[in-house]
Amino acid sequence: MPVQGEYMGMMLTVDDVDVENRDFFKYCAAGEFRLQRGLKSQLLRYPPTTACPWTGERASEWVPVEGRGVVHSYGEVHHAIQPAFKSKVPYLILLVDLDTQKGQPSAHEALRVGGNLVLPDGSFAPPDVIERVGIGSRVRMVFSQVADGFALPQWTLDEQAEQPSSPWRYGG
Amino acid sequence: MTVSNTSDIETSAPRHLRGKYAVCGVGETSYRRGSDQSTRALASWAVGNAIADAGMDISEVDGMLSYSNNDSTFAPHVATDLGMRLNFYTDIYGGGSSTECLIGIAIGVIEAGMCHTVAIYRAMNGFSQVRIGGTGARSAAPIVGDQIHHRAYGWQSAGQMFAPTFMRHMYDYGTTPEQVAAVKVAHSKHASNNPKAFYRQRYSIEDVINSRMICKPLHLLDCCVETDNSTCIIVSRIERARDCPHPPAVIQAVAGRVCKPRGDIHLHYQSGPISTVAGHYAKNILWPNAGVGPEDIDVTGSYDAFTFTTMLQLEDYGFCKKGDGGDYVSNGTIELGGKRPNNTSGGHLCEGYTHGMSMVIENVRQIRGAIDDSCPLGPDGHRQHTYDYAEGGCRQVENVELTANLGWAHPGAGSAVVMAKDHL
Repeated sequence: MPVQGEYMGMMLTVDDVDVENRDFFKYCAAGEFRLQRGLKSQLLRYPPTTACPWTGERASEWVPVEGRGVVHSYGEVHHAIQPAFKSKVPYLILLVDLDTQKGQPSAHEALRVGGNLVLPDGSFAPPDVIERVGIGSRVRMVFSQVADGFALPQWTLDEQAEQPSSPWRYGG
Repeated sequence: MTVSNTSDIETSAPRHLRGKYAVCGVGETSYRRGSDQSTRALASWAVGNAIADAGMDISEVDGMLSYSNNDSTFAPHVATDLGMRLNFYTDIYGGGSSTECLIGIAIGVIEAGMCHTVAIYRAMNGFSQVRIGGTGARSAAPIVGDQIHHRAYGWQSAGQMFAPTFMRHMYDYGTTPEQVAAVKVAHSKHASNNPKAFYRQRYSIEDVINSRMICKPLHLLDCCVETDNSTCIIVSRIERARDCPHPPAVIQAVAGRVCKPRGDIHLHYQSGPISTVAGHYAKNILWPNAGVGPEDIDVTGSYDAFTFTTMLQLEDYGFCKKGDGGDYVSNGTIELGGKRPNNTSGGHLCEGYTHGMSMVIENVRQIRGAIDDSCPLGPDGHRQHTYDYAEGGCRQVENVELTANLGWAHPGAGSAVVMAKDHL
């Protein structure tokens, strides 16, 4: 059976043959962020893939990873394309460098995990919060439930972390 | 080999198929919103126009290639409508950067003896059917599997998908919104001299900056136009092209599609720097095979899905130092009258959206010296170009010897072609 759920009015589906994505979202639903790690390379990868990008090895293990990192880049949507997001503008699309494995195996590589900027309860961040976030901001992961056995990782400001005095934002 | 400037390029011996093939015919339909025709009908017009432009009999064109994003007709339909029997055809999935890539494939299949002459077309109702901006059918499609990692976050349209690359370039190199807006200013200037352009109005930097925000860092006028149209080019051996009515645009080299590590539209962000695009790799194939470097090029066709894409590619193909793209596109170089104009038709920002082929057509006409502007026709039927680039005037560049088209799929993938004037 495919894993399926409605999220913000959008139907999200993971086919039953898509075992990598099924497992990924299942761990998210349990409140765990896990990534595949190649047995040979010992390197984590995101998003889920069939094989290790560095060795081509198909076998992997799901390893718990701390959902903390720093905003590497972002986009700020003011004109939504998908109907589900029309009422959410402006919203942020964040590209977050996880602290784990940053700069590995080469200097410019990182586990770059996408997501929106949300409040700790998973609701979309309002404009006054968005304005405090830019490149360099520290964020932590929260999960938005989609269905039984299916949740999406999202990002919220890391209240415990030391934030840059002025994260880089478009237009200053 | 890594090419950092023209002096790195070995030019003493021809490489591969340099100079052996040419674009000998080009054709298109008008750029409209509301074509009132199917993509099949549009394609048959564009292919027919290109074959006529090549001065060929329909029976002589026995190869056909097309590209689409599941939004168009297929080669056998178009061939049937034109009364052609094909010895080779295939329809590929792809948008931007497909044109240059398919020129490479056309050369390969002709060289392999599979056919003699290839028509390459793109037909799309990018405004009135499957909208290129992503509204309508594309955003309504079910979200399945790998797509969840972006589409579920409202991260779907081209502008949304590319925004982190654009933003990071500003962060890494201090590129300003005003600098990239200069791409729109230049291309709108060019379009004002292109009677077939959908938008012929000239814009200022302020117009771009003051237009409404779509997805930071993209204002409305940083984004291309959606139109309905079809375009076609004909590729043949150089010997055949020399017998065609127009001077051939000789193909010097093709690169791509070349991709970054993990070169999928979403996966490429895992490897960096994310402000570097696929041209960084493609240039190492393109320039050595062409036997020329960026400094030798007279006219560029750097794909302008957005103002930023033009800049990023010019930079990574080596037209300026990495990080200096903002200066390069805003210092007058890329404007008609400048050292190396880009997208003299107005490109996708202004002329119309064809996933790249129109920019190749424009450079073929530049090489022919036969740009279709408003200059008067002489008694020989050829346009008498004035080289006065004032609004509504000429857009032919003087003495074009070499052009480079830089096709963009996304930050992680692209392709390119260098074309030259023929010198027997």
